[in-house]
Amino acid sequence: MRKLKVISGVFVTVLLTLTVVSCKEAKKESTIEKNANTEMHNAKDEHEEHSSSEMNNKDMESSGDMSNMGQDTSKVALIINNYLELKDALVADNEKEASKTGNELAISLKGFSIDEFNEAQQKELGEIIESAVEHAEHIAKSHMDHQREHFKGMSIDIKDMIAITGTPNTIYQMHCPMYDKGSIWLSASNEVENPFYGSKMLKCGKVQKEIN
Amino acid sequence: MKIVKISGLVLLIVFVVVQFVPTSLNQSDVIPPTDIMKTYDVPKQVEAIFKTSCYDCHSNNTNYPWYNKVQPMAWLLEDHINKGKEELDFSDFGSYSKRRQKSKLKSIRSQIEDDEMPLSSYTLIHRDAKLSESDKVMVVEWVNKIIDSL
Repeated sequence: MRKLKVISGVFVTVLLTLTVVSCKEAKKESTIEKNANTEMHNAKDEHEEHSSSEMNNKDMESSGDMSNMGQDTSKVALIINNYLELKDALVADNEKEASKTGNELAISLKGFSIDEFNEAQQKELGEIIESAVEHAEHIAKSHMDHQREHFKGMSIDIKDMIAITGTPNTIYQMHCPMYDKGSIWLSASNEVENPFYGSKMLKCGKVQKEIN
Repeated sequence: MKIVKISGLVLLIVFVVVQFVPTSLNQSDVIPPTDIMKTYDVPKQVEAIFKTSCYDCHSNNTNYPWYNKVQPMAWLLEDHINKGKEELDFSDFGSYSKRRQKSKLKSIRSQIEDDEMPLSSYTLIHRDAKLSESDKVMVVEWVNKIIDSL
């Protein structure tokens, strides 16, 4: 009787292990699918949201002279805001906050719909966003040195994005000659606060360009 | 005592059973046209460094160690390789946008300069994958040249 118990116990354990192992794999797949689905849904929702806000804002936006300042103005503004928050976190040498804002930036970048742009712009924007998301995700999970490295690439991506989408508010392109053979960053004010060095060299840099 | 025996037995059985769970091998005989070696003119020495020190986890062709025949090591390796390729896949490099290529090359440069790659856990076993100072200089010089051309 006892032997039987032991044997059945062993069998149950093995079966359980196998189930757990196979479940884990299956679960992985279904989570991926689920994510893909949610992303699609999100994209759809956002799209609908845009259309309605576009109607409401049409009068306000018609004054803009940029060809593509239509429905995605709010999305562009959100991306720029998240970027500026990230910049501020790096200025403040705050690794944790930078990682949090990096995450938020990745989300707002993914939520940006490029449908309304022409083919060449879509290609360019698609590449910019792919690259920027990658930078944002690395910033979210890296230590500060790496965050700053990726912030450099991120700044170029956002600058190139704005060149196509335009920006609802004035943005200053700043330049730091020291960091990695010269690097740019973007700021909402023309006061120099260096995100590549933070408190170590807060005032290093100058305004290079005003982007309206 | 009995508990020890039983759990030992269970572990043994589990160990034997998991050996039969298949893993897919990251191996290929063909070098795809998107491979970095076909996209750029890579000097022989740099090519050799990439292949010995990077390609196991960053390409579609891994030179597996013997313990890949044993579970759960094979799972662990599979996971590492998948993550490595997600970050950077030299076999697929040519299909990246120029922007992404540039950003990847910069990351390659900083990872090598900071001795973060190849991983120390990897070079511990693959002694030949460890980069000497002159290896590093050679790779970084080449990477810089390509970055400037992009």
